[in-house]
Amino acid sequence: MATVNVSNQMCRPYVGDTQELELEVDTVRALINELERRFPGLGPQVEESMAVAIDGVIVQDTYLEPIGPDSEVFLIPKIAGG
Amino acid sequence: MAKIHVTTKINGEDAEFLCEPQQTMLDVLRDELSLTGSKEGCGSGDCGACSIIVDGRLVCSCLMFGAEASGAEITTIEGIANGDTLHPLQQKFLEHAALQCGFCTPGVLVASKALLDANPSPTEEQARYWLAGNLCRCTGYDKIIEAVMDAAAEMRGE
Amino acid sequence: MNYLGKDVQLKVVGTRPIRPDGVEKVNGRAAFGADVAVSGMIHAKVVRSPHAHARIKSIDTSKAEAVKGVSAVITGADLPDIPSEEAFVGEGPANFREMSHNVIARGKVLYDGHAVAAVAATSAAIAEEAARLVEVEYEVLPHVISVEEAMADGAPVLHDDMFTQGVDPKPTKASNVAKRVEFKLGDSNAAFSKADVIVERQYKTQPVHQAYIEPHACVVSYNPDGQAQIWCSSQGQFMVRAFCAKLLGMDIASIRVMPLEIGGGFGGKTLVYLEPLALALSKKSGRPVKMVMSREEVFRGSGPTSGGTINVKIGATKNGRIVAAECETILQAGAFPGSPVGPACMTAFACYDLTDVTAFGYDVVSNRPKVAAYRAPGAPISTFAVESAVDELAQNLGMDPGELRLINAAKDETKAAYGPTLKNIGFVETLEAAVASQHYTSDLGEAPKGKRRGRGIASGFWFNIGGESSGATYVNEDGTVTVVSGNPDIGGSRASMGMMAAEVLGIEVERVRTIVGDTASVGYSFLTGGSRVTFATGMAVTQSAEEVRDDLCRRAALIWEIDADAVEWRDGHAHPAGENAGKFDPLSLSDIAAKSGRTGGPIAAKSSINAQGAGPGYATHICDVEVDEETGHVAVLRYTAVQDVGKAIHPAYVEGQMQGGAVQGIGWALNEEYIYNKDGRLDNPGFLDYRVPVASDLPMIETVLIEVPNPRHPFGAKGVGEVPIVPPMAAVANAISNATGLRMPNLPMSPPHVRAALDAAKA
Repeated sequence: MATVNVSNQMCRPYVGDTQELELEVDTVRALINELERRFPGLGPQVEESMAVAIDGVIVQDTYLEPIGPDSEVFLIPKIAGG
Repeated sequence: MAKIHVTTKINGEDAEFLCEPQQTMLDVLRDELSLTGSKEGCGSGDCGACSIIVDGRLVCSCLMFGAEASGAEITTIEGIANGDTLHPLQQKFLEHAALQCGFCTPGVLVASKALLDANPSPTEEQARYWLAGNLCRCTGYDKIIEAVMDAAAEMRGE
Repeated sequence: MNYLGKDVQLKVVGTRPIRPDGVEKVNGRAAFGADVAVSGMIHAKVVRSPHAHARIKSIDTSKAEAVKGVSAVITGADLPDIPSEEAFVGEGPANFREMSHNVIARGKVLYDGHAVAAVAATSAAIAEEAARLVEVEYEVLPHVISVEEAMADGAPVLHDDMFTQGVDPKPTKASNVAKRVEFKLGDSNAAFSKADVIVERQYKTQPVHQAYIEPHACVVSYNPDGQAQIWCSSQGQFMVRAFCAKLLGMDIASIRVMPLEIGGGFGGKTLVYLEPLALALSKKSGRPVKMVMSREEVFRGSGPTSGGTINVKIGATKNGRIVAAECETILQAGAFPGSPVGPACMTAFACYDLTDVTAFGYDVVSNRPKVAAYRAPGAPISTFAVESAVDELAQNLGMDPGELRLINAAKDETKAAYGPTLKNIGFVETLEAAVASQHYTSDLGEAPKGKRRGRGIASGFWFNIGGESSGATYVNEDGTVTVVSGNPDIGGSRASMGMMAAEVLGIEVERVRTIVGDTASVGYSFLTGGSRVTFATGMAVTQSAEEVRDDLCRRAALIWEIDADAVEWRDGHAHPAGENAGKFDPLSLSDIAAKSGRTGGPIAAKSSINAQGAGPGYATHICDVEVDEETGHVAVLRYTAVQDVGKAIHPAYVEGQMQGGAVQGIGWALNEEYIYNKDGRLDNPGFLDYRVPVASDLPMIETVLIEVPNPRHPFGAKGVGEVPIVPPMAAVANAISNATGLRMPNLPMSPPHVRAALDAAKA
C-alpha cells in the first residue's frame, strides 16, 4: 500500500483533517481515481492544480507515472518557474 | 516636412539616404538601410545596444540624428569582420561563450573594438569601465571581459 | 537509455564547442523581435493609462482615426469578453480573463502604464502621434502601491469580486488579498520551546524587473482566410499561440508562431502583452502589424517580480541544530492575483533538514503592473529573509555560518519542509565545496581607511521542472544532421541539444545543426522556463537521436543483408556486432545517409514526451564586500557561486547561467527598485534610474560546478538557470553584516540606505 499524504492546504476542502491515507494504487491515474472516489472533487483538484511527489521525485500532468507498493506519495501544489 | 539627403560612409562603403530631421541614426540604420544589427534596448543612451563608431568615436546611435552622419565615417556591427574572417573580438566572444541571448552583443562588440582601437593593452579594470555603458543582463559580464582581454592579447601578438 | 556512470566515455557532452547560432549573433545578422519586416506592414503603438487606478468613463478614438495614415484603432471592446478560466501557465495558475484585461483594460485601469487602446498607422511616428489623440475620460480612484497599504482596513479595493481564498470561513467582503497559502511540518510553535537561541526579524524586498535588454516586439499578419502568422520573441512559441487563440477566440491551428531570437527573458517573456493587440489590429486593418515596446513601456507595462514582506523566526539549540522555524511571506502580485507566494513558502526552508516548520503567505494585489515570473519565482524573496536569519543565528551562536548550514543541511532522505522526501540532491556537496574553497578560506585583506570589508555566505534551492517537450533529429542526404528543438533558445540550448544528439550518434558536434522549430514544424513544447529545456527537451532530442541511431543500424543491416540485431553503432559508424555477424567494413553515417532512399526513405525521428522527475537545484554563494562608510556604497570584491548542476552538458553555458543569475541577484541586493510617486506613477522607468549592474560594478564571478547526476535524465542533467538568483541577496547582506555589524533587512542595500543604517548605528 502506498502512503499518500494529503495534508496540503489544497486538499483540505475535500479531506478535512485527514493527513495520510494508505492506498492501493499503482499509477497516478489510479491515485486520482481513488482520491476522487473517496473525496469527491479532490480528483480534478489533484489532476489540474497539484504535483505528485513519488518517493521524492516530483511529477505533474501525467497519468502514467508508476507508484510502487511501498511508495511515499506527497501531494503538493504544481511547480512552474521563470 | 522635407526629408534630408545625407551622404556618408558606412562600413567602408559610400552610402546615402533620406531621413526626417528628427530621425535617429539608429532608426536610419535599422529602417532605411536594413542594418538591423544595431539594437534598441532603451532609446535613451543608457544600454549601449545601439553602439556604433563615428569618425573613431564610440557613439550611441539612438542619441545621434541621422542627419549628423553627413560626411562621417561610420562602423557598425556589420562592418567589424573582415569579409569572411571574423574580427578577433568576434572569434573570442564565441570561444569564451561571452554571449547568451546575444541582444547586447553587437553593441558590446562595437564598444570593445573602440576600446582596443584606442588602447590595445587595457587592464581588466579599464575594460570594465569602458564597457560600463553596455548593459548585459545574461552573462554577469565575466565571460565578456575574459573574451575582450583574450582578444586584446591575441591582437598584440601574445 | 542513459549515459551515466564512470565507464561511459563521453566525447561531446561536457566539452565547450562554439554554439551553432553564435556567428549570426556576433555579426549582427540574428533576427530578434524588432528585426522582422513583412510586406505591407504597418506599425502600432499602445495608449497607456497615466493613472494608477481609475474608472474608464469613455474612450473617444475619432480624432486618432481621422489622422492621415491611421488604419485601425482598438480598445478593450475589440477583444472578446472571455469567461474566467484558470490555467496553469509559466509562473503558475493564471486566469485568461485577467490576462485579457491585463493586455488591454476594460472598465478600470489598474496601474500606471495599463494599456487602454492601440493605434496602427503607416509609420510608428504617425501611430504615436495618433495615440496621443485618443481621448480617454477617467474617474480617478484612490490607489494602493505597497502591500501594507493594500491590506490596510478601508483600503481601496481593486477587484470588487475578489474574496480571499484559503481562509476559513470564506470572507464575505472583497479585499486585495487574493489568497492565503500554508505549508506545515510538525509543530513549530511548540518546538520553539526546545530552542536555546531564537532569531526573529522582518525583512522587505522590492519588486525588480527582469530587465531583459530586448523590449517586447512582434509582427502579426492576419489574413482574410482567418489564418494568422506571428513573428515574435518570447519564451514559448506555443505559449504565444495558445494565449492568442484564447484571448482572440481563434482556433489553435489558425495561428502559426515563428519564434525569433529572444533578447533575454528570465521569466518575463512567459506571457503575452503585444501579440493579442497586434492580432486584433491586423484583423481590423487588414494589414500586417508590427509592435515594439519602448523601454519605458517595458518598465511601466510589463511584469516585474513581486516585492515582499517576510517575517522569519528560527530557533536552534546551542550546538547549532535548528529545532523550529516559521516564515510568513506577503507578496505583491501587481494588479491581478498570481504572485509566486506558493513557491516562496515552499522554498523558504528547503535547504534544511527540519522537523517542525511552518511557512505561510499571502498573495496581495495593488496598483502596479501584474507580476511575471523571474528566475526561481518567489524563492529569492523568502530565501533572502531565511538565509539572513540563518546568518544572524550563526552570529548569535558564535558559529561559522557554513558550519551551521552543514549541521542542518538537507540531504537524501531528508523530508523537505514542503513535504516530500528529497532524493539525489547535492546540497551538502555545494556547502562542503564552498567552505573548503580558496575563496572561503582566504584572508579578506585590509580595507583602506574609511572602508570595511566582510564576507557572507548563503544558500538557495529551486525545484526545477520537466513537462511536455518535443524534439526531432533528421539525417540529411550527406550525413550531416539537423536537430529541431521545440523551445526558444535563451542561453545556448541549441548548443546543448546538438551536443546530446552528437553524443548519441557518435559524430562531431559541428556536423549537427540545431534550430528552434515554429509551431507548425515541431511538436508542442511547454515554454522555456523553470530550468526545464536541457532537462526535458534535451530528453526528447536524445530520444529522437536514439531512434535515428537504431534506424541507422537497421539500414546497415539491410545493406549488409544481416539481422538488425547483428549491427551495433559505435563512433558514428555501424559495425557488425561481433564475429558471427559477418565481416563488413564499418558504414559511416554518411555512407548510410547516401543510401537512405534505397533502404526505405529519409532517416528521421521525432520525440514528444512529458518529462518527469527534474532534479532539484541547490547552490551556495560566497560574497566579499567593501563598505564605504562615508557614502554607504557597497562594492562586491569577490564572488563565488557553487551549484549542483547534475551534469553540465556545455559547462561554459552552465557557468554563464550561474554568473548571470548571481549578478541579477547582486543588482536586486544593491540597486534595483521601483520608485512610485504619490500619484502612483512610476518615476524611474528607464535604465538610467533603474540601475542594473554594469561591468564596472563587478568582479569576475567564480564558479564551482558540482555534479550529482539526475538519474531521470540520460546524461544526468538538472536544471541550472534559476537557482543562481536565489542566494545572492542574503550572501551580500551577510557580507555587509560581517563588515559592519549591521543587519540590513531591507532591499535594496543602496548607498542611501546603507549610509542611513551606518548613521543610525552611530547615533
